[in-house]
Amino acid sequence: MRAAFVIAGLEVRIGLRNRWIAATTLLLAALALSLTLLGSAPTGTVGADPLAIVVVSLASLTIFLLPLIALLLSFDAVVGEQERGTLILLMAYPVARWEAVIGKFLGHTAILAIATVLGYGCAVAALLLRGGIAGGDWQAFAAMVATSVLLGAAFLALGTLASVLVRERATAAGIAVAVWLVFVLLYDTALLGLLVADQGRIVGPALLDALLLLNPADAYRLFNLTGSDSVSVYAGMAGPGESGLSPAVLLSALAAWVAVPLALAITFFSRRQL
Amino acid sequence: MTSLATLEGVTKRYGRLNAIENVDLDLRAGETLALVGHNGAGKTTLVKLVLGLIAPSAGRIAVFGHNPASAGAAALRESLGFLPENVAFHGAMTGRELLGFYARLKRCGTAEVDGLLARVGLAEAAGRRVATFSKGMRQRLGLAQALLGAPDLLLLDEPTSGLDPASREAFYRTIDELRGEGATILISTHALAEIEHHADRIAVMHQGRLCALGSVGELRRKAALPVRLRFTVVPCSTGRLLERFGDGVEVISRSERLLEVGCEPEDKAALLRSLDDLWQVIEDVSLETPGLPAIYARLVEVEERT
Repeated sequence: MRAAFVIAGLEVRIGLRNRWIAATTLLLAALALSLTLLGSAPTGTVGADPLAIVVVSLASLTIFLLPLIALLLSFDAVVGEQERGTLILLMAYPVARWEAVIGKFLGHTAILAIATVLGYGCAVAALLLRGGIAGGDWQAFAAMVATSVLLGAAFLALGTLASVLVRERATAAGIAVAVWLVFVLLYDTALLGLLVADQGRIVGPALLDALLLLNPADAYRLFNLTGSDSVSVYAGMAGPGESGLSPAVLLSALAAWVAVPLALAITFFSRRQL
Repeated sequence: MTSLATLEGVTKRYGRLNAIENVDLDLRAGETLALVGHNGAGKTTLVKLVLGLIAPSAGRIAVFGHNPASAGAAALRESLGFLPENVAFHGAMTGRELLGFYARLKRCGTAEVDGLLARVGLAEAAGRRVATFSKGMRQRLGLAQALLGAPDLLLLDEPTSGLDPASREAFYRTIDELRGEGATILISTHALAEIEHHADRIAVMHQGRLCALGSVGELRRKAALPVRLRFTVVPCSTGRLLERFGDGVEVISRSERLLEVGCEPEDKAALLRSLDDLWQVIEDVSLETPGLPAIYARLVEVEERT
């Protein structure tokens, strides 16, 4: 495991050196700031909890942006090193195959976590400076940031898997874009279409729950928009007859979306002839 | 003598292509073994097999007594140093940072990093990004990382390709120093003329097969190439020389003042002695034993005929 941490450390240093971390942090901070500052305008002073609104807006931002950033970071992980010719040297060191995959993944997760915490932290700091969020739901905010990193990690794992499976960077990049399109844009639309067409004949609540868990972005959305009462009010997700998915189930689904692609990536990479 | 690495009947197939075919080879402690052959002869494949980066299709490989491609073999590579063909690094990092990274991976501490950078002549460039390095500097950084942790076995794949003559000379100086310190080295190369004087044994590979293995002298005998004797004589006396030589020589070229003959290596002393009083017509003589390039060409030619 030691080698994995050494590799992760190098990834973070490279991230700092080539300004990946700086660029991502700035992007997240700028979007988060504009969402919080502009997004709080309609609430005015009617007593809405500004922090809960921040959670709702940032969660929606996360769903679009973090998977994309994660895939961009990770699709290159193995295939890029192979094309540059650095992989063969790395694997000639006392590094097990799984350590190389885990090391890359941990390094990328650290980069993503730094950018998310700093970027979203900026938004909250701005709110604090304006005052008025004293009694806000900090727990929901912390959970949102933590699960954002978890969602990012799930897409890092998917990107790493793509990177291990193919022989060319361009192919891995194509797969990464496709993964993003499917999970972030197309899946919900298709699900909605299915529900409308089906009219509840086959797709009951249980099957719908299962279908929602099959997309890490949906698991993340449900967790953050229904997770706490103060937030669900503003998310328009409150009320009876809600999804039967508990936060624990949703978190487990997200964790599985990290673990399974990563395990597959390790399995395929271990069999690989370099 | 102990063997650090042993290959027994090793074959590596890629699809229908045999990259390596039934190779037996052992690498003895303290020797420098040169793996020579054309591009595509299987040299790199053989090095990768020793590193455990690929697994053999048939046969057995042992490095320090263990299978290098097994799951728990990562620890074996702590005692290996490897310089890949066309070595590449993360360009954004500096030479010192990268060497520190590799030292941590090899668990040998970063204390020796600066010493190694100085040894390969990169002390001054150590703080520069590798992206600004020339090909020669990158190759030297590659050698430095291979030497981390004083490995028991060094694997160098085409270490001098793309280097200018001065860098090559510096490289072979380092190799000779390492040999003096008792390192075991496997060098794959097609720079035959260069490696001849820096290797204890030569393994000649051709189309995935090992067609000869031995010291340069042993290979020379196996190749049975004639020694060339070139005489410059006073005009019109080449006939007298040939008369004296009799049947033992083969005439390679002959002109008014020049005679070039080939003879068996073991005959050359007797041949020169037989000249006796004829030495007075000889103005100059030169003797050319076939070098590794000629030996290699002959061995490959023989291999292709069989």
